[in-house]
Amino acid sequence: MKNLKRISKIGVIAIACTFIIAADHIDAPAVQGGNSDITDFYAFQGKNTDNLVFVANLQGLLSPSATSSATFDENVLVEFNIDNTGDHVEDLVIQAIPRDGKMYFFGPIVPSQTGINSTVEISSTVGGVVDITTGSNAIVATKNGMSFFAGPRDDPFFMDFAQYSAIIGGTSTSFNSPGADTFAGTNVMSIVVEVPKSMIGESGTINTWVESKRK
Amino acid sequence: MKTIKIFSFALGMSLMTFNCSNNDDAVMEIKTPDFSGTYAQEDQMGRPAVNTVFVSAASKDNFNVTIPSAQQAAFQSMFQTNLEALSPAFANPGDTNALGQTSAAFTGLLATDVLNVSLDGTTTFYDGTHVLTGRALADDVITVELLLIFGGEDFSENPGLSNDNVDANDKSFFTSFPYLASPW
Repeated sequence: MKNLKRISKIGVIAIACTFIIAADHIDAPAVQGGNSDITDFYAFQGKNTDNLVFVANLQGLLSPSATSSATFDENVLVEFNIDNTGDHVEDLVIQAIPRDGKMYFFGPIVPSQTGINSTVEISSTVGGVVDITTGSNAIVATKNGMSFFAGPRDDPFFMDFAQYSAIIGGTSTSFNSPGADTFAGTNVMSIVVEVPKSMIGESGTINTWVESKRK
Repeated sequence: MKTIKIFSFALGMSLMTFNCSNNDDAVMEIKTPDFSGTYAQEDQMGRPAVNTVFVSAASKDNFNVTIPSAQQAAFQSMFQTNLEALSPAFANPGDTNALGQTSAAFTGLLATDVLNVSLDGTTTFYDGTHVLTGRALADDVITVELLLIFGGEDFSENPGLSNDNVDANDKSFFTSFPYLASPW
């Protein structure tokens, strides 16, 4: 497996198999190394401060050579979940799913069902579609105040994963200074959507999380 | 959805054009992408590193398919046990982190793995002033978490464990959409 080969090059393969830590990279046996493995989730105020930006990253630790052949799986739905009532149940979702070189976005929309199973909310009157970027230059699309991107990006996560693994594995007792960013030079497959806050809620705090779901 | 309708109309038109020039008897067929079916959850994530740090190995897959509203009951106790085993800063009764949280309170927050995001202003995991109002690309979330796990009541305990000394990404982010840096 390419991801683990890369890790082995920096000498932590034995530890990585037992003690996995990263933001959410290769976090669990069923998903690690697969195309539904979520590596990271970000949510922040946009350049236009009336907007929020959601970022889902998948398929971590892609080397530059592996990146050129990495794709989104048409059987994998990525869903941003938004709880704006404080009960940790999604009131709105933004769904992203690829078809034939394009990423389709549906929502924000009230989901027809909450929980671990979803159907694609094709009746949504908001959303958009963007050509999936394949090279370095980001292809973006905008519609009704929303912006869309899907494609490879530098992994924005940074951490001395190797040294943490050494500490947890009992072969070291502290971090190094300076540390070494284990994720330097690696890429992820990113889905980015920017949405007007007015489509999510008026004010206060929302709870949000991202899910990957397979047909 | 309008986009799809337009897309399918354009596709239909192109099919019709193609068909007309090749076979007058062909039936025009409008195709929209097939999004049918039920999609079942495989992975989920709210705050960074929660599953990887606090969930025991045998439960990591289960955590990924437990909905957030059920995570507290299912996982808080495990989180607390693992935190107390991991960090000397929570070894004694009454120990807290710099937010004033005991191991029970801290894991009570983390066990429901959602990211809290403010709609009213600064969005950051922690910037010295704002706490858990979002997660920006440049936030040093691992050091924040290490400080809250190992740093004790005033961030001064276990200094060798509470900062990985990697403070920034290896590429600069863009100030506008899509914000993330181009791939290597």
